[in-house]
Amino acid sequence: MPEALSAAQPASFQARSRRLTRGEALVGLMLNLPAGIAYFLMLLLPSLATILLAFTDYELGALEWGWIGIANFEEMLEDRGFAIALRNTIIYVGLVTPLSILLGLGAALLIEAGIRGRALFRAVFFLPVVSLTVAMAAAWQYLLHPTIGPLNAFLRLLGVTSPPFWLSSSDWVLLSLGAIGVWENIGYNMVLFLAGLSAIPRELYQAAEVDGTKTWIDRFHLVTWPMLGPTTLFVLTITMIRSIRVFDTVAVLTQGGPNKASEVLLHTMYKEGFTFLRLGYSAAITLVFLLMVLGLVWLQTKALDKQVHYG
Amino acid sequence: MQGLSIKSISRHFGAVRALDNVSLDVAAGEFVALVGPSGCGKSTLMRIVAGIETADAGSLSIGSRDVTALRAAERNVAMVFQNYALYPHLTVSENIAVPLAMRRLSAVERFPLFGRVMPGLAQKRAAIATDVLKAAQSLGLDALLDRKPGQLSGGQRQRVALARAIVRHPDAFLMDEPLSNLDAALRVQTRREIVEIHRRVGAATLYVTHDQSEALTMADRVAVMQAGQILQVSSPEAIYHDPQDIRVATFIGSPRINLISAEADAAGHVHIAGRPSGLHAAPGPVTIAIRPENLRLASSGMPCVAEGFEFLGESLLLHARHTASDEALVVRLPPEIPRPHAGEAIQLTFEAKHALLFDKNGKRVALRNHPAHSQELTLA
Repeated sequence: MPEALSAAQPASFQARSRRLTRGEALVGLMLNLPAGIAYFLMLLLPSLATILLAFTDYELGALEWGWIGIANFEEMLEDRGFAIALRNTIIYVGLVTPLSILLGLGAALLIEAGIRGRALFRAVFFLPVVSLTVAMAAAWQYLLHPTIGPLNAFLRLLGVTSPPFWLSSSDWVLLSLGAIGVWENIGYNMVLFLAGLSAIPRELYQAAEVDGTKTWIDRFHLVTWPMLGPTTLFVLTITMIRSIRVFDTVAVLTQGGPNKASEVLLHTMYKEGFTFLRLGYSAAITLVFLLMVLGLVWLQTKALDKQVHYG
Repeated sequence: MQGLSIKSISRHFGAVRALDNVSLDVAAGEFVALVGPSGCGKSTLMRIVAGIETADAGSLSIGSRDVTALRAAERNVAMVFQNYALYPHLTVSENIAVPLAMRRLSAVERFPLFGRVMPGLAQKRAAIATDVLKAAQSLGLDALLDRKPGQLSGGQRQRVALARAIVRHPDAFLMDEPLSNLDAALRVQTRREIVEIHRRVGAATLYVTHDQSEALTMADRVAVMQAGQILQVSSPEAIYHDPQDIRVATFIGSPRINLISAEADAAGHVHIAGRPSGLHAAPGPVTIAIRPENLRLASSGMPCVAEGFEFLGESLLLHARHTASDEALVVRLPPEIPRPHAGEAIQLTFEAKHALLFDKNGKRVALRNHPAHSQELTLA
């Protein structure tokens, strides 16, 4: 057992662990046990179960089920609903990620440059992050309501004769959900950017000034943006993951409608699993979703990590 | 060649007076070291000269240009920062090129996408590359041009920071403790190199340090600063041998100068602990300051008790206590002399010409001994 343990550890740790006695190793193992058990029960086991389920035709409550190989995935390729959900999710991510990153960065820069009211603006922008999305969705439903909503009332005041049905028109619904998604994510990204900004050494800005930068654009280009590289990479990754798993606004506001115009991956998965009780198919969708997230993370770390850390 | 002139600069931080009516001139081609303990305002003064900090009052000119109201970018001064402040994402050559690109290229030309197609840009870029290479070569950086700062040692980063400063031929050269992050051996070597660079570049140089040995070895003139005021500006020799303020006398020199309290009577005879010393000064309390190397053991002198020794190789420090006043004294002795035992009674003396007298406000007062009688001290 001790050999197996040390073989699995990295070389640097091995060198130190050579001096560990059996007793110490045992204590270390025991201390790790609660976290290990929790990890196994809460993450590893459900993930494994999902992977296995994806290759079955199991339905909740069914008495028998069978291995059907990749039939679930074949069905997915021909499922128009899944294709629409995938397309909508990609559009949603493509909309929310750049906008919420740009606006979050803008808010962070303005707050950082401001003299008064920093704490106030920080709190205002961060509020959507700490508030319950489902409750906030109700507020959005009211704001965007076609007849009694303040937004359309305002538009009518401006002379727009037939303002859009934000959440019930298939042309607008994805944009409306995207706007809510941006609103949700700005505060989170802003806080991350604020942390990144505060870590930039003041001396670099002073050097830039002495070196002849005259405008804030020069300073942004020479110091702020490159120094925010690692933060931006993290924000990009986390925003994509947060927006690819959009679910609660869709579930509360549109249920994927009208006519699947706001159907997204997680909502499809939820419907298949908990409305139609087809757990096997639902698990297959989950697996595709997981692979997409992993793929994104892998791509970003591989492609960009080297460019933002200046060893 | 331009000189630098600081006139009556004041700066407050809340109730704290960081700079109190400070004036200082650096002549064209001159190297002035600004030395003082940390928190004395020397860095603030330098940052005001650079234009990255503003003064509450006073003015600043470079050559005949009044630059008080100008921004850092328009002053044409170069600065070397304590932590070098290199741009970590740029290579060595790109770092050195920044001040040139900012001055010689327009905002559009610097923009990576449009820049490619601008007429005449290729020549401008080539000229910048030539100047960068020249600056890099003069500091022995040619082999490192494509490295990032993160891959360089502290000494190499220091050179890159120097190259970035000299590449654009600044009117004035500012250095904020540039050696404090280097190890001791490298520091002594880099000292000489900086003096060499200064000689070659010839720009008025203001060098901030808290290290008196850097100030004394490198500078043409040394400005000693304390509590937001410049106490004295003189050649290194005058700062050491002829301090005008007791704070200058105690700040410069290691080990610290010895201070002996004394009193000059109505006739001008200076008494140490009630005994006439043979020194003459204007009536009133005085402090006698004597460098450790100017005290010596004698058969008749101030009665003291030996307390201990420090062997420094080329010399020996004797720590003693003046019996009458209980003041601690340090004597620098040749290392080979027979050492008194700890606790042994000894007598210390000095020559009148080495005594620096300060009044109760710490200002230097004249010694009134006749030069011909300077040896006639009656310390015992």
